[in-house]
Amino acid sequence: MFWSHRDLALDSDPARRFLPWLLAMIVYLAGLALAGMMSLSAAVDRWDSGLSGTLTIQIPAATPGNRDTALPNAMAALRATPGIESARALSAEETAALLEPWLGKSALSRDLPLPRLIDVRLRKNAALDIEGLSNLVRAAAPGAIVDDHKKSLDRLIHLARTIEAAAIAIVVLVAFAAIATVVFITRTGLALHANNIELLHLIGAADGYVARQFQGQALDLALRGGVIGLALTIVTVILLGRAAAALGSGLLPAVSLSALQWVILAAVPVAIGLIGMITARITVMGALRKLP
Amino acid sequence: MVRFQNVGMRYGLGPEVLRDVSFHLPPGSFHFLSGASGAGKSSLLKLMYLACRPSRGLISLFDSDIATMPRRALPAVRRQIGVVFQDFRLLDHMNVIDNVALPLRVAGAKRTEIRDHARELLKWVGLDDCLDALPPTLSGGQKQRVAIARAVISRPLLLLADEPTGNVDDTIAMRLLRLFEELNRLGTTVLIATHNENLIRRAGRPRLHLSGGELTGPFHGAAAGEEGRA
Ligand SMILES: Nc1ncnc2c1ncn2[C@@H]1O[C@H](COP(=O)(O)OP(=O)(O)O)[C@@H](O)[C@H]1O
Ligand SMILES: [Mg+2]
Repeated sequence: MFWSHRDLALDSDPARRFLPWLLAMIVYLAGLALAGMMSLSAAVDRWDSGLSGTLTIQIPAATPGNRDTALPNAMAALRATPGIESARALSAEETAALLEPWLGKSALSRDLPLPRLIDVRLRKNAALDIEGLSNLVRAAAPGAIVDDHKKSLDRLIHLARTIEAAAIAIVVLVAFAAIATVVFITRTGLALHANNIELLHLIGAADGYVARQFQGQALDLALRGGVIGLALTIVTVILLGRAAAALGSGLLPAVSLSALQWVILAAVPVAIGLIGMITARITVMGALRKLP
Repeated sequence: MVRFQNVGMRYGLGPEVLRDVSFHLPPGSFHFLSGASGAGKSSLLKLMYLACRPSRGLISLFDSDIATMPRRALPAVRRQIGVVFQDFRLLDHMNVIDNVALPLRVAGAKRTEIRDHARELLKWVGLDDCLDALPPTLSGGQKQRVAIARAVISRPLLLLADEPTGNVDDTIAMRLLRLFEELNRLGTTVLIATHNENLIRRAGRPRLHLSGGELTGPFHGAAAGEEGRA
């Protein structure tokens, strides 16, 4: 591959046989963390673009004032407010459909008092004073709640960022684990072949010549491990995606990756191969500098 | 070619195994290095093939002081030195022809060039019928000849051999001696460490004699070797 001659019988080192499997597990962990992070951030983007520029006004079932006039009054107040593109009252059936995933059909059919909801779309770039609008609507329909989704969206985004940070931490830790593994295996190889390495050194091999034997091998083993790990990741992501789709409630973010995100996942084994190669080289060069 | 001035050497914190060693090997010369077992022959050779550093004194190789050579220049210097190690140091997982070709590969020569050259040389040492054998299957004398072929394949300026006839009977020892003499005729400076007095007598070449880590005998001193020009 990247080395044409194997002057050192590195293949026979017992520890080396485990390297691809160790690295496969490492890549699997990193791949899962990345896939989780990427599908979550896609979901957050969808929520974000779906919800920004909209308001929901809720008139609770147990309104203190007149339930029948509250809705039209609120609608009238909204129409009189500049910066609002549209306001639409959801029918009782639509409201029930929204709540179904949380409450189930049976609870809804039992004549449960439902709040009335108004879906409001804002004009683009409209600098709307939510506080003022809130007061206005409450004056028209006492007890009404104006929800600009900001709080819940912020909470979701905060959760997503936390999970993202955890995923990045996993990827970093796992990269360190890969480096430590390669350092350990390379040191073992250096010790095991110390005599032959000294011979190469004495007949005039430059340090880089010896290092190339190790780094070629490390690249090969790490790539192999990386491909195994990637295959496991892909299978897991597809299975999770199917399971989430079967659930289909809209409660879970869809586990699906874009083409770019698949490319990023596919880059993980390449990265692990390069990490293996560079780590092996640095380890060997460092050790050889101690020879006279 | 090689000059030692008041060289001393010790292993770690141990006693000096070489003391005040001074000599000069002119280019194209042929010397023996004699001395009882433990006298320091191998240690002296290690200094010359840059496996060890002296604890004091001055060593110059190819007219430069080794103490001032930058580290990255050392591989090129080592490639000018062919070494027959006392314990051969062949790579057991590699067949005879690849073992012999190793110095050329390390120096970055072309693959086909390397094989042709190695085959030719193995014929010269009488091993052309076991090119593909692995070293562990060879006899001591055969290993020795592989080691010699490897030491000379890159036409080194300096050939150092540590007890190269230790494992063979006198007839083969004489044949190996002829190999070294032929190489010397082609211009290589040769130093052979041996305690085989018989061989030294029959070769009729000058010698450096080590005793208890000190150079004694006919060629001790800075002028040593001038008479040894081949
Ligand atoms: N690696 C080593 N570490 C410590 N002492 C050594 C080592 N190699 C050789 N010696 C000591 O150096 C002295 C000279 O050894 P050596 O150069 O091998 O002699 P010769 O080759 O003439 O038999 C001996 O006393 C030996 O024990
Ligand atoms: Mg010796």
